[in-house]
Amino acid sequence: MNLDAKIPSGPLEEKWSKHKGDIKLVNPTNKRKHTVLVVGTGLAGASAAASLAELGYKVQVFCIQDSPRRAHSIAAQGGINAAKNYPNDGDSVYRLFYDTVKGGDFRSREANVYRLAQMSPNIIDQCVAQGVPFAREYSGELANRSFGGTQVSRTFYARGQTGQQLLLGAYQALMRQVDAGKVQVFDRREMLDLVLVDGKARGIICRNLTTGAIERYAGDSVLLATGGYGRVFFLSTNAFNSNATAIWRAHKKGAAFANPCFTQIHPTCIPVSGDHQSKLTLMSESLRNDGRVWVPKDPVDRKKDPSTIPDDKRDYFLERKYPSFGNLVPRDVASRNAKEACDKGLGVGASGLAVYLDFKDAITRDGHKVISDKYGNLFDMYEKITDESPWKVPMRIFPAVHYTMGGLWVDYNLMSNIPGLHVLGEANFSDHGANRLGASALMQGLCDGYFVIPYTLGHYIASTTLSKVDTQHPAFAEAEAGVRASIDRLVATGKKGQKTALEIYRELGHVMWEHVGMARNEKGLKSAVDMIRKLREEFKENLRIPADTDGINKNLEVAGRVEDFLQLGELMAKDALIREESCGGHFREEYQTPEGEALRNDDKFCHVAAWEWKGENQEEVRHVEPLAFENIHLAQRSYK
Amino acid sequence: MMTLNLEIWRQKNSQDSGRFATYQLSGITPDMSFLEMLDLLNEQLIKKGEAPVEFDSDCREGICGSCGLVINGQAHGKEMATTTCELYMRHFQDGDTIVIEPWRAKAFPVLRDLCVDRTAFDRIIAAGGYTSAKSGPHPDGNAILISKPVADSAMESATCIGCGACVAACPNASASLFTAAKISQLAVLPQGQVERGRRVFRMVRQMDAEGFGNCTNIGECRAACPKEISIDNIATMKREYAAALLRGDES
Repeated sequence: MNLDAKIPSGPLEEKWSKHKGDIKLVNPTNKRKHTVLVVGTGLAGASAAASLAELGYKVQVFCIQDSPRRAHSIAAQGGINAAKNYPNDGDSVYRLFYDTVKGGDFRSREANVYRLAQMSPNIIDQCVAQGVPFAREYSGELANRSFGGTQVSRTFYARGQTGQQLLLGAYQALMRQVDAGKVQVFDRREMLDLVLVDGKARGIICRNLTTGAIERYAGDSVLLATGGYGRVFFLSTNAFNSNATAIWRAHKKGAAFANPCFTQIHPTCIPVSGDHQSKLTLMSESLRNDGRVWVPKDPVDRKKDPSTIPDDKRDYFLERKYPSFGNLVPRDVASRNAKEACDKGLGVGASGLAVYLDFKDAITRDGHKVISDKYGNLFDMYEKITDESPWKVPMRIFPAVHYTMGGLWVDYNLMSNIPGLHVLGEANFSDHGANRLGASALMQGLCDGYFVIPYTLGHYIASTTLSKVDTQHPAFAEAEAGVRASIDRLVATGKKGQKTALEIYRELGHVMWEHVGMARNEKGLKSAVDMIRKLREEFKENLRIPADTDGINKNLEVAGRVEDFLQLGELMAKDALIREESCGGHFREEYQTPEGEALRNDDKFCHVAAWEWKGENQEEVRHVEPLAFENIHLAQRSYK
Repeated sequence: MMTLNLEIWRQKNSQDSGRFATYQLSGITPDMSFLEMLDLLNEQLIKKGEAPVEFDSDCREGICGSCGLVINGQAHGKEMATTTCELYMRHFQDGDTIVIEPWRAKAFPVLRDLCVDRTAFDRIIAAGGYTSAKSGPHPDGNAILISKPVADSAMESATCIGCGACVAACPNASASLFTAAKISQLAVLPQGQVERGRRVFRMVRQMDAEGFGNCTNIGECRAACPKEISIDNIATMKREYAAALLRGDES
């Protein structure tokens, strides 16, 4: 397997501009002869589709929702980072680059991250031009706040709805191109296979989720921007329908899957309330600007009314252990410390699986109005779900799965190892290493879509011979037949079995959370592999789903996604097992410092692990892309 | 634990005429969301070999706008500022009968059970709900100063999630609140000035072409809106339209 990252030569600061100067262009009259298929309409997909259509390409866009505006980027709350240095607090492109590489625990590519930091100011300018209503100061200038893992204020925001506003900006740009006749939107479509012709990505097979029809679409390149795979844990902050099917099926067609075990557990989520629960809700990291995390020092206090526990009986454990970053340590560090407090029997709430996030001091300091302006909608959301007001009692929070840093392997041009298959946003693995910093997902999605792919896609098209291919090509018939067979198989079992797709899904989620979650060890990971295999057998024999294939059948959709998660989950466990070190969100209990921090092994694991599919019931093969750090000194991450 | 009687609209596809079906469901806890209650019902129906009730949902935290049910005659139920997915069963009593219907509007055809086609909203946005800023270099974000009250006002309008509750609640099935929210957001911002007249003409025309009714200032839309979008936006839209006519803007 060829894992050439195609990093341009030359100094870090000049790589991207040099690359843009070197890559080939497609002239405007030729662009309209090329069709690009974009799967997913979140920040990465919508911004890519709009940008490519503006350049003149014919674009077809696919989304599983009923409108492109509903992609899960909409739910991102806190903000988007950019190295504007408006607050004059010492920020720079280099510092954003450094923070991101360090935050990712030195498991990302320097060149990709540097480009991201370089482009970050342009993203803000782009969004402002679109009319995105970012928060402003009374001066009329853009406002900033801080996020975890940084000591500067570089996060731009629109209340607690930044993802929504950025996505609507990209969606509107996309709809403008629909109006111009450059983009066709296919909503309620799910990609179920990738079509390769002469080894190149030339099309996709979709299920029309309204009619059940299996449809073929052909193009000159396929862009996957289908998000992450956090729903493999069943309970996560991801949307109910977020799934890995598009990237997983591309993986089964040959695309390497990189670092599947790198999962982000977000520290501030609303705790689980019962078995009925279908998803978890995030409380934005921005809350840690003003909220203080604590647990009682004495376990006897953990059921007491928190307002009756005096300050000297509270352990503000993040402030105590990490005085320089305090409550704003990176997510992996905050999550692990919350778990540790609960493991010691200090957790609060009915389940004992929660810590307090307390705003009392901030409300006293800044007043109701200031706090309401910053977090009002989050407080309301919390109260709706828990029936408790954060104005009166501290929030109870607990870590939950939120983001996946792993994803399909891509080179510097965002192209996978399959020619013509580009992967953008959370669906790729490229920029966040083993842990993503807060407010960097929006930055990456938009950077990929607005500023990287418009250049690199043209380079691919201009430097490749693309034979004329339409949906009558035998490769489409073959892929379609495979999709039909797999649906028929599901339906045939589904008539006889006893367990619903959701029941098996929940069981898988439980295995993943217990053994491939916040803390992992050899024994647990090995048992997870066995348990997942058993679940996969059960899925084949004992699934029950409604049989209707020619109309809306959401349980059939879920079953197909669970089938893929049952394979991906096993790969995640294997990847975690082989990576005998702790880094970022991947915490192996066997590898920790005396203080309980993640202990990397740079001699053995300073690399990207990229997995190659070898066929059903075959072991996947692990390949390696070494990571070279030429500009940053590899150091033990410290936030003390 | 509660037991509820559910009267749910069942409709096989857009051609089917549809009917109510009655279900009794027990084992409901106050901490369940309304959609999780429906999940529970569906799990039981699937095991009995019956077709589950199809409904749209995605983020299940009130921001994507996918879900939307008429619950006891009210869009998203009777709680104010709440989407269906944010509605919790603690607001119901044991033994209650709950009537659950899809959005009902000519411009939102029912696809199956509680799923409707809201692509008309996308076409309204496509008609002009944007600034025509291309991807590429733009002036520095702080080159355009926007006063805090103006930015806040734009944000108030921009929080619309496009769920369609305004249409479902309106006796005329008007999409005025949805359309006006986007027009107002861009009308107050400096970035929206260049295309201001063309935008309001085209969006209003598209809204009418989709078969939505007219606004007669009833205000049900505002009461049903989970994001509490102000009805002042509709006044702004009408003023914008009149001003564009008076200016003689290109339509």
